[in-house]
Amino acid sequence: MRLLKLVPDTTNIRFLRWRNVAIVISIILTVASITLTATRGLNFGVDFAGGQMIQATFTEDEQAPVAELREDIAALDIEGASIQRFGDPNQVSIRMRVTEGADDDPELANAISSRVTQMMEAEYPGVRIDSVDSVSGKVSDELFRAGALALGLAMLAIALYIWLRFEWQFGVGALFALFHDVALTFGFFALTQLEFNLNIVAALLTIIGYSLNDTIVVYDRIRENLRKYRKMEIVPLLDLSVNETLARTVMTSLTMVIALVVLIWVGPEVLFGFTAAMLLGIFIGTYSSVYMAAPILIWLKVGPDTFVPEEAGPGGPKVHKEGYGG
Amino acid sequence: MNDFPTWKVWMLSALLVVGVLLAIPSLLNEEQRSYIPEFLPQPTINLGLDLSGGVHILLEAQTEEFEEQRLQTMSDRIEDAMEDDGPPIEIGSLSRSGGEISFAVRNEAQLDDAMERVRALTQPVGFTGERDFSVENEDSLQIVVTPTETGTSEAVNTAVETATEVVRTRIDELGTREPTIIRQGAERIVVQVPGLDSPESLMSLLGRTASLEFRMVNYEADPNMALACQAPIGSEALPYANQEEGTGCVIVQRRVMVSGDQLVNAQQGFDQRSGEVTVNLTFDGPGGRAFGRVTQENVGRPFAIILDGEVLSAPNINEPILGGNAQITGSFSVQSANELAIALRSGRLPVELSVIENRTVGPELGGDSIRLGGLAGLIATVAVMTFMFVTYGRFGIYANIALALNLFLVLAIMAMLDATLTLPGIAGFVLTVGAAVDANVLINERIREEQRRGRKIIDAVQTGYKEASRAIFDANITNFIGGALMFSFGSGPVRGFAVVLVIGIITSVFTAVTITRMMVSVWIKNKRPKELVV
Repeated sequence: MRLLKLVPDTTNIRFLRWRNVAIVISIILTVASITLTATRGLNFGVDFAGGQMIQATFTEDEQAPVAELREDIAALDIEGASIQRFGDPNQVSIRMRVTEGADDDPELANAISSRVTQMMEAEYPGVRIDSVDSVSGKVSDELFRAGALALGLAMLAIALYIWLRFEWQFGVGALFALFHDVALTFGFFALTQLEFNLNIVAALLTIIGYSLNDTIVVYDRIRENLRKYRKMEIVPLLDLSVNETLARTVMTSLTMVIALVVLIWVGPEVLFGFTAAMLLGIFIGTYSSVYMAAPILIWLKVGPDTFVPEEAGPGGPKVHKEGYGG
Repeated sequence: MNDFPTWKVWMLSALLVVGVLLAIPSLLNEEQRSYIPEFLPQPTINLGLDLSGGVHILLEAQTEEFEEQRLQTMSDRIEDAMEDDGPPIEIGSLSRSGGEISFAVRNEAQLDDAMERVRALTQPVGFTGERDFSVENEDSLQIVVTPTETGTSEAVNTAVETATEVVRTRIDELGTREPTIIRQGAERIVVQVPGLDSPESLMSLLGRTASLEFRMVNYEADPNMALACQAPIGSEALPYANQEEGTGCVIVQRRVMVSGDQLVNAQQGFDQRSGEVTVNLTFDGPGGRAFGRVTQENVGRPFAIILDGEVLSAPNINEPILGGNAQITGSFSVQSANELAIALRSGRLPVELSVIENRTVGPELGGDSIRLGGLAGLIATVAVMTFMFVTYGRFGIYANIALALNLFLVLAIMAMLDATLTLPGIAGFVLTVGAAVDANVLINERIREEQRRGRKIIDAVQTGYKEASRAIFDANITNFIGGALMFSFGSGPVRGFAVVLVIGIITSVFTAVTITRMMVSVWIKNKRPKELVV
């Protein structure tokens, strides 16, 4: 049987030839993302901003009567409610911000969503309230802090692990690559104004994990080659390492893309932001492993002497023989 | 490749069979499950509220008010103690500010006695000999009573514990199935009720303190004070329930005749004459006797029925009420009267609870999510499997078998650990599918590479597994770190995702590395292939 080969057996693409261009682009994109996030802000969902979100389906209509609904909600003296189609044409989501004084009187927030759902059930026969989320300012602040903490800690813990398993230069390289990935994802959410909620934090942590996965595969090969070809210049050595792992990179990215595209295509609407973030993350993560994580090693002067010469064989020194089934 | 002796192959296979069998109950519906014999273990996976539909409510105790109230009670008791616990001690008015009570004793000779009486009101806390209030003598005749930190936190702790029990009783009275009520931290209670799609009645029931009191109206007070909601010393001005502001207050005595704590039953009913909706109360022995005595002494005078600090009604006592039964009205609907009856039966909340988070998912949305999520998972798995097969042939099939086993194992372990599957959890499954094959991709690509370098079949396979394992190990550890952090800091949906991810990481290393290696090794041993197409 002839098997599919997406990448030829031996490739010799000089990826790192464009490293200076790539790093400039990366810096520009990172700075732009941070600026965009800072100026335009993220569209925080109720998880992080507090307030209420109601999702409803008008089972008897083909189109949700958004305009009428807007008037009816305005008639309830609720300010700043935004009403949007969500998913199918007969589905809407209603978003209300935290009202002033709601922090002192948490019941107030609940009263507002109750008023809206009761009005909808009275005015629109056939309406079905699918979900109600009501989060007080206090809880949303806590969720925000916990999310930020999880992100920060994950990045640090992972960089630390890489440092222990490789060398400090690799830890720094991985940390920069991660920072780049996270910044760009934030930029994407600031640009598209897709809702940023708890699920997106999970997506970010997964992107970090995935991007790292990629970085580690490349780093592992760099380490192996550094021991094997002790006379080789660093740039060709990095190129060789990237080329040797190219087939795997392409295969894995592709399987992930397949799984995520299916999830976007068939999966429930609620997961759209989550999967979109991950899909983007796959591309950014793959890119950053080659163009951020690897070139940083050049600037940090990684060479054959970075790893203490030990008994070098095809399998590498004994120290690294732990693993599975080996 | 003789590192898989026959006994090891059998053992691993048996382990896998058990794993798959344990996953099966979770994939069946209730009816199909009923065919499984009783004696077999039937672990099933829990569905999160976002999949099953239901209500999630986070309640927080209003500790500020609670502490204020505790101070008030203490200052009332001090007043009583000075008057009644022996020869009366004359004191200046008690002031309650800055979280402490202070008062002056008029006669210096009585200072020690006064200190002693106040000390007798305090309680020891814990084992350190500390008491719940500290009593100090400042400025010669001034006594200052301050709640200690340990005392306050202990009081809050007890109150929240009692409140959790009250909440449990109230929800049980609603007759919902399988509610989860968990205390969270010092001041919070999480309530989850699957299948309930309207949170309104639940929230109003839980948010109600249900502190019922009967007190005499101070009918001698100036009506103008009632209008302005001011009260003379020893009385309190309370607003009417269900009335607009500006209608004034009722001035009632501070002393409580009978309270809701003395109830044995509360039922919704109807007034026989007017047909109005009522709540009928039955007092316990002492409560009934107290009620009888006070009503006997005060025929013709008004008393007030007070619920959660608001006056429901203030009727005149027409005749002594001796039977220990009473009836309260207050423009109830049948539903609100029922709710009040439940709240009164289950007892007063020792501390007010407010809803700080509420998430409700309708059953239809939950059902849609399971269906769409499941479908996406299935399609993604099939697509990835096809892709693996056309790329790696025989080794792709091994990877696919490992992938399928992995999904079963994740399900089985989640069911055994009683973990909850949420919607992001389904996404976690899909992701696990994508990531689990990465290990096999790494291995297979490495084997291809080693073959190109001229290694023989067995050598290439062995080196491939060994060399790839290092990167697989590191990558999975880092992913595990991310997942573990998600689990500890995340809440609700994120945790559901992290659970699948973390379990998936562990099982995928086992299936994608160990199990595929076993399959390859058995194949090589039995067939002794001359060439290897990876």
